[in-house]
Amino acid sequence: MATHEPYTGDKLERLTGDAAAAMARYPKARSALLPLLHLVQSEDGYVSPDGIAFCAATLGLSTAEVSAVATFYSQYKRHPNGTYTVGVCTNTLCAVMGGDAIFDELSAHLGIGNDETTTDGAITLERVECNAACDYAPVVMVNWEFFDNQTPTSATDVVDRLRAGHDVAPTRGAQKVVTFREMSRVLAGFTDGRADEGVGAGEASLRGTLLAEANHWSAPERPGAAPADASPTSTTSTPSTPTVKRPAKARTPRARTPKATAPAPGGEHSSIDTPAGPPEGLADVTKES
Amino acid sequence: MPLSPVLTQHWDAARSWTLQTYESTGGYSALRTALTMEPAAIVASVKDSGLRGRGGAGFPTGMKWGFLPAPDGGPRYLVVNADESEPGTCKDTPLMMATPQLLIEGIIITSYAIGCHQAFIYVRGEVLHVYRRLLNAVAEARAAGYVGTDVLGSGYDLEITVHAGAGAYICGEETALLDSLEGLRGQPRLKPPFPAVAGLYARPTVVNNVESIASVPSIVGNGSAWFSSMGTERSTGYGLFSLSGHVVRPGQYEAPLGITLRELLEMAGGVRGGHELKFWTPGGSSTPLFTAEHLDVPLDYESVGAAGSMLGTRALQIFDDSTCVVRAVARWADFYAHESCGKCTPCREGTFWLKQVLHRIEHGLGTPGDLEVLLSVCDSILGRAFCALGDGATSTITSSIALFRAEYEAHITGAGCPFDPAASALFEASGAGTLTGTSAGRVGA
Repeated sequence: MATHEPYTGDKLERLTGDAAAAMARYPKARSALLPLLHLVQSEDGYVSPDGIAFCAATLGLSTAEVSAVATFYSQYKRHPNGTYTVGVCTNTLCAVMGGDAIFDELSAHLGIGNDETTTDGAITLERVECNAACDYAPVVMVNWEFFDNQTPTSATDVVDRLRAGHDVAPTRGAQKVVTFREMSRVLAGFTDGRADEGVGAGEASLRGTLLAEANHWSAPERPGAAPADASPTSTTSTPSTPTVKRPAKARTPRARTPKATAPAPGGEHSSIDTPAGPPEGLADVTKES
Repeated sequence: MPLSPVLTQHWDAARSWTLQTYESTGGYSALRTALTMEPAAIVASVKDSGLRGRGGAGFPTGMKWGFLPAPDGGPRYLVVNADESEPGTCKDTPLMMATPQLLIEGIIITSYAIGCHQAFIYVRGEVLHVYRRLLNAVAEARAAGYVGTDVLGSGYDLEITVHAGAGAYICGEETALLDSLEGLRGQPRLKPPFPAVAGLYARPTVVNNVESIASVPSIVGNGSAWFSSMGTERSTGYGLFSLSGHVVRPGQYEAPLGITLRELLEMAGGVRGGHELKFWTPGGSSTPLFTAEHLDVPLDYESVGAAGSMLGTRALQIFDDSTCVVRAVARWADFYAHESCGKCTPCREGTFWLKQVLHRIEHGLGTPGDLEVLLSVCDSILGRAFCALGDGATSTITSSIALFRAEYEAHITGAGCPFDPAASALFEASGAGTLTGTSAGRVGA
């Protein structure tokens, strides 16, 4: 059990209330440990010893048990973090597309290496792993907002504007990047009202959708549905590339399965009877099930 | 084969993420249908559709639901795996950003079908705006009566909790995810017992990928025969194919399973001008590499498996002839070493040594026996690790040595990498010396 209760007064009262709200989301209180660690970071800018003690006391755990969890996850910081974490994806795809060059440029420009913070406390530079935006490579994340299709020049411009105190907008995300502490509070489950900001989908996300619209491709019509107006089915040999950009205004709402005519290809590739072969013993080990 | 947008159909609608837009495009009609059905009939319909897990392993979704034991009066849970982290995989994140209500509707239908009253979405913590959109989507759904007590007057109750992770690839493994959701270090559990029997809080639990659950409304709304009319006999339906890398128009292309990379590349404008396709991953960095020889392999579970790889998450990472395969594979090895949870020895120690040896080769310090060392270490991991992470770590190493052995040997005998890393970047070098490639040199880090 925690031996001390370092947060005091209003701060303790506020955090205790927030912790109770987080715990109420789960059937068992310990499930709130990850949100509570995000909450501690929103207060102290990292997972502080005081914060670990608070989590332990709140959940009836030892500080060792809390530390064991905090040190497992890469988003929990063991040292005070900069106002903005600038994470350059240097996993293979982004690295090859230019992420390595971006990281080198930022490192030289800021005078810091991986997991180091500028002396003004503004920027913590990190190499990050794949952040699920590979179609926008090379990708930079600032406080876990997407900065797509970056170059060394665009990335240094972003950090310069952040250090100068300007509002900086991600490519896909809120109107501006919030601070590390503000972000951590959201990750603890306390919304900041910015969900309606930003785009629904970026250019790469929409490529298939717009290509299908341009070619009148769609999923088959629902069996038994009223006959739809026939659109000619294009073939893939001459896909026409959509030249129109994303519509500026709302489109006419469509039914879930509109004019459909794409032929169902059922069975044409089903001749191979060998089961898809994950290595032996793997079949039941579900990765991202 | 043309595209078949279902999940992606309304991504371009104005304010696509709002409940209002979702309802105006037919959203939540499938839930109303579902609530008139017997739960067992929904499970049967999803079984009949042939839908297989879209998170990589491809296990039949309806069958997974069917493994839940008979109700015993205690709770059972649905946990949506939104921890999308497999390198190259970038489909669930845009889906949740653009149309989170599609996932919420799928969760409600699935929960109703399996008799669950508390569902969770475990989303990785590194996608802040996606988390905002999900929190907002649940709040909107609750306000409209889709979530909470007495859903749409049906008498059915459901709570949905959106949970943010904190950075750990291993939490995409379903039992590690459950440990993490219980407030523990995210390390995989021994199976059996499987989550269906003893999952979250040791209660019966279904863990499904985002895309799997988001496919459920269309199956309930249009019927299992509609779904299985797409795709192949054993790989039915549509799926998101994510093209990235050296391709003219990277992005999300939703098509029936069984489409080929040749067809997809044609839609995406082909490989970057002046270059040829060198290698690609069919399903993320845990799947053995393919080359131009595999352009016509139908991208379904069976055909990709028969060709020696795995369909995985349909994360098609395209690399052209400017790319050094040793550099690419060494960087993936860094990833697995970094993300190995440390629970089992083959993976923890093996990924560490794979990384050391690969970087030694990349930087011209390799020795003639290094390829055999790599293959031997891979052999000691594959099938001997606690979970699929270790197996995945070996996939690109063994396949790349088989496909590009001469290129590895050139690094060893030629004392270094013959490629210019600047040539594979998507932008011009800004000045001499900028693109040294030295950042790849993380030996011993």
